[in-house]
Amino acid sequence: MSQIAFWGAVELGLVYAFVAIGVFLAFRVLDFPDLTVDGSFPLGAAVAAVLIVAGVNPWLASGVAMIAGAAAGIVTAVLNVRFRILNLLASILTMIALFSVNLRVMGKPNVALINADTMLSPFYGLGLRDFYVRPLFVAILVLIAVVAVWRFLESDAGLAMRATGANARMARAQGVDTSRQIYLGMALSNALVALGGALFAQTNGFADVTSGVGTIVVGLAAVIIGETLLGTRGILITLIGCVLGSILYRIAIQLALSTDMLGLQASDLNFVTAALVTVALVLPRLRRGGAA
Amino acid sequence: MIKLDSIQVVFGKGTPLQKQALNGISLTIEEGSFVTVIGSNGAGKSTVLGVLAGDVLPSAGQVTIGHIDVTRKGTAARAGLVARVFQDPLAGSCGALSIEENLALAARRGESRGLTPALGPKRRAHFRERIAELNLGLESRMKDRMDLLSGGQRQAVSLVMATLAGSEVLLLDEHTAALDPGMAEFIMNLTQKIVSERKLTALMVTHSMRQALDFGHRTVMLHAGEVVLDVAGDSRKSLGVEDLIAMFRRIRGQTLDDDALLIG
Repeated sequence: MSQIAFWGAVELGLVYAFVAIGVFLAFRVLDFPDLTVDGSFPLGAAVAAVLIVAGVNPWLASGVAMIAGAAAGIVTAVLNVRFRILNLLASILTMIALFSVNLRVMGKPNVALINADTMLSPFYGLGLRDFYVRPLFVAILVLIAVVAVWRFLESDAGLAMRATGANARMARAQGVDTSRQIYLGMALSNALVALGGALFAQTNGFADVTSGVGTIVVGLAAVIIGETLLGTRGILITLIGCVLGSILYRIAIQLALSTDMLGLQASDLNFVTAALVTVALVLPRLRRGGAA
Repeated sequence: MIKLDSIQVVFGKGTPLQKQALNGISLTIEEGSFVTVIGSNGAGKSTVLGVLAGDVLPSAGQVTIGHIDVTRKGTAARAGLVARVFQDPLAGSCGALSIEENLALAARRGESRGLTPALGPKRRAHFRERIAELNLGLESRMKDRMDLLSGGQRQAVSLVMATLAGSEVLLLDEHTAALDPGMAEFIMNLTQKIVSERKLTALMVTHSMRQALDFGHRTVMLHAGEVVLDVAGDSRKSLGVEDLIAMFRRIRGQTLDDDALLIG
């Protein structure tokens, strides 16, 4: 694997770390299996790309992308909480609808950002080579997100959210409005995923309506790899695990695809993904010595 | 003061399984009194607790807790008034959170929750102190997950959790039923101590006639959604478990198959 390919994998892993943190919030904290992310990731990319092309400040564009993602999460939460649709199904409905929404937002299946000013533009040409600048820039944003989510989950408000996912009946008896926690958690989760999408568009130079396919699997893979490697003791460690899992996942994929001996090609990506996630799921059980 | 006024609760209204769970029940509990509630299965004990906690909203009648009309308020909205210990040790706490996190959650019951760290050094010290009072050695395990504790330990911690924030009433829902006899006795004595030290108004549902008479100031027996016995003071002191069982039989008009269930 070349140096450029390696740092490219790290960069992509860092971008998807936002997805991993979002998936962790929904699946682990709220115990809400949320597939909305397959739609909110390209939504974030689409909103940011269209606004940036229209000349909007890229930071503002990314902020708007986050709000759009949050709105998508709230739609899923409303379908589930207010209209009592099964959580998984509610998120699938939103995800399907978002495909059309994303096409409307962009007006075409693909928007290029090649010559537009992105969040990263001011940092190119300061002496560091581009393939270092991108992962470094995203890494700083990931660090901020990790610290913010960590502090939140260890606050009174965050504890109420964790209790909602762990034991909703007990949470209500403690005065926690569990419906509101689900709205808030789903908004937060999908806002982070949409930010990932916005960064994806800006680091890769395009937004594509199909870029969301499989986002949930990648996010879950990162969460599970992180849990397998670092365990789940403490919020901060789990969050670091999400980031690490996301990066390692990308490096593993890159390795698998670039090793000639294996004879894999780009179209084998989804198979490799499924195989990796399966290994990450099965390994810890084998290690414990019990039957899977 | 707690007041239930002509409460009607119907489950499954309009279906073949329609059941009148509470039939115009009225009950007033003075501040600082400890009331025990008994009754056979389906008598309406749990429904009374549910009506007070907010899990069950009555179809008619009025619920007043501490001079506040809470008839239409849900569980979360009235949590500041109601502290609760569940029958199932797993129900009253979060197994996935640590002991101290569970305590932090309970300490803010009924209050707004902001972005303040849930476990600052001051709160930690306070929680540790309260847990140390249990003499169960749990103060050295504050960071352990709640689901590592035994059922009895969890109920003991739940009792502490129920008293961290103020409340108008403490609801105890057969909270020793899932424990072995030794632990049940420990939890009952702890309950007694906490209720009297903190001068709490408490309502305890129990299946044990012994507990119903040995603890508290007043005993209420429910049957078919109505109060059939309400004793306090001297007339209560003169009552024995046998008298209660005889009363049970008379009310139900049949012989109980399994007295052991009631005496326990």
